[in-house]
Amino acid sequence: MTTLAETGTVTGVGTGSRFEALIAADERVEPRDAMPEAYRATLIRQIAQHAHSEIIGMQPEGNWLTRAPSLRRKSILLAKVQDEAGHGLYLYAAAETLGVSRAELLDALHTGRQRYSSIFNYPTLTWADVGAIGWLVDGAAIVNQIPLTRCSYGPYARAMVRICQEESFHQRQGYESLLALSRGTAEQHAMAQDAVDRWWWPSLMMFGPPDSTSTHSSKSSAWKIKRHSNDELRQRFVDLCVPQAEILGLTLPDPELRLDEATGHHAYGEIDWSEFKAVLDGDGPCNRQRIERRTAAHREGQWVRDAAAAYQAKRQGAHR
Amino acid sequence: MTASEQQGLDLWEVFVRARRGLSHQHVGSLHAPDAEVALRRARDLYTRRGEGVSIWVVPAGAVSASDPGEKEPYFTPARDKDYRYPTYYELPREVRGL
Repeated sequence: MTTLAETGTVTGVGTGSRFEALIAADERVEPRDAMPEAYRATLIRQIAQHAHSEIIGMQPEGNWLTRAPSLRRKSILLAKVQDEAGHGLYLYAAAETLGVSRAELLDALHTGRQRYSSIFNYPTLTWADVGAIGWLVDGAAIVNQIPLTRCSYGPYARAMVRICQEESFHQRQGYESLLALSRGTAEQHAMAQDAVDRWWWPSLMMFGPPDSTSTHSSKSSAWKIKRHSNDELRQRFVDLCVPQAEILGLTLPDPELRLDEATGHHAYGEIDWSEFKAVLDGDGPCNRQRIERRTAAHREGQWVRDAAAAYQAKRQGAHR
Repeated sequence: MTASEQQGLDLWEVFVRARRGLSHQHVGSLHAPDAEVALRRARDLYTRRGEGVSIWVVPAGAVSASDPGEKEPYFTPARDKDYRYPTYYELPREVRGL
């Protein structure tokens, strides 16, 4: 008999066959099951990056909280940003079941040892960016995340179920907001179009490098962490967006975008992977600002964590 | 990182009753210094859209669990005894109500 608090996972030789049987049977792997060290490390990397993306993702939209054009839009945006914090927490909790601590994960984010999605290194220049993020960035996130609800690691899959349910509101509010702008004054329409022009390509990059060059894909597919390839999901997203853009009355900034009658899919232009790489390597428009803001918030919250720890120690002392 | 931070706050498991008539179900976990704060955080984190009418929080260390490695011997007897299942019994086709 053991207690759940002993989250350390079993790894090593001799644990492989049961793990492989679980994966082959399409069953979920749970925290206290034996698992290969590389599976554990891959999950920690992916879940942590996902969690970091959620909390860094609060910044670009948080930028517009005090300047939302109406109380209704402000309430919606507050709820959305609060959701992102919640998503970060679900995911950190899922990562912690793999035997890594919250403090270690945050430290890895702050020191650049772990990454977050490159999309959050772009600035939100106008109010329309909030709508474009909801429609395109959250839309791309949903396409990426729905297959993760069937990922082989139980706690991650369960966190993704909750997240996907909530992301749907994020995407719809963004679309509605963009639609209002697109159907508004000529100036508002132009602002919506400008936001879509800036967010379209970075959103396509969210699916990661093309299948021909992706380094993590094959192992993750074998372990059923990843169920579809980067290019498959990107294609799905493009196919969803084209008719949605038409209804919005906005154009997507790709002259090569066209329906391929033979495949039923939309062909799209070449993605500028050098930009993706530069942003990942730290040279995006807002990389430094995002991490500075995050580490400052962490530093300024030190007294809260200290107080909570002191309070816990006092409470536990009193019970003894 | 300070020592207390490295160690972190206690882990709590959260259970939510979705509505009256249903049992509490495990929904996830969180960190908190005591039960009162854990409950408040669970409300904020897991019931933002009316997902529950009641919350339990339990220190993760207080949950005793069976060993996942022992799955086979520990749970096999239940599966062996197929006479415990209603479908084990073959009854005349014409019989009704059982």
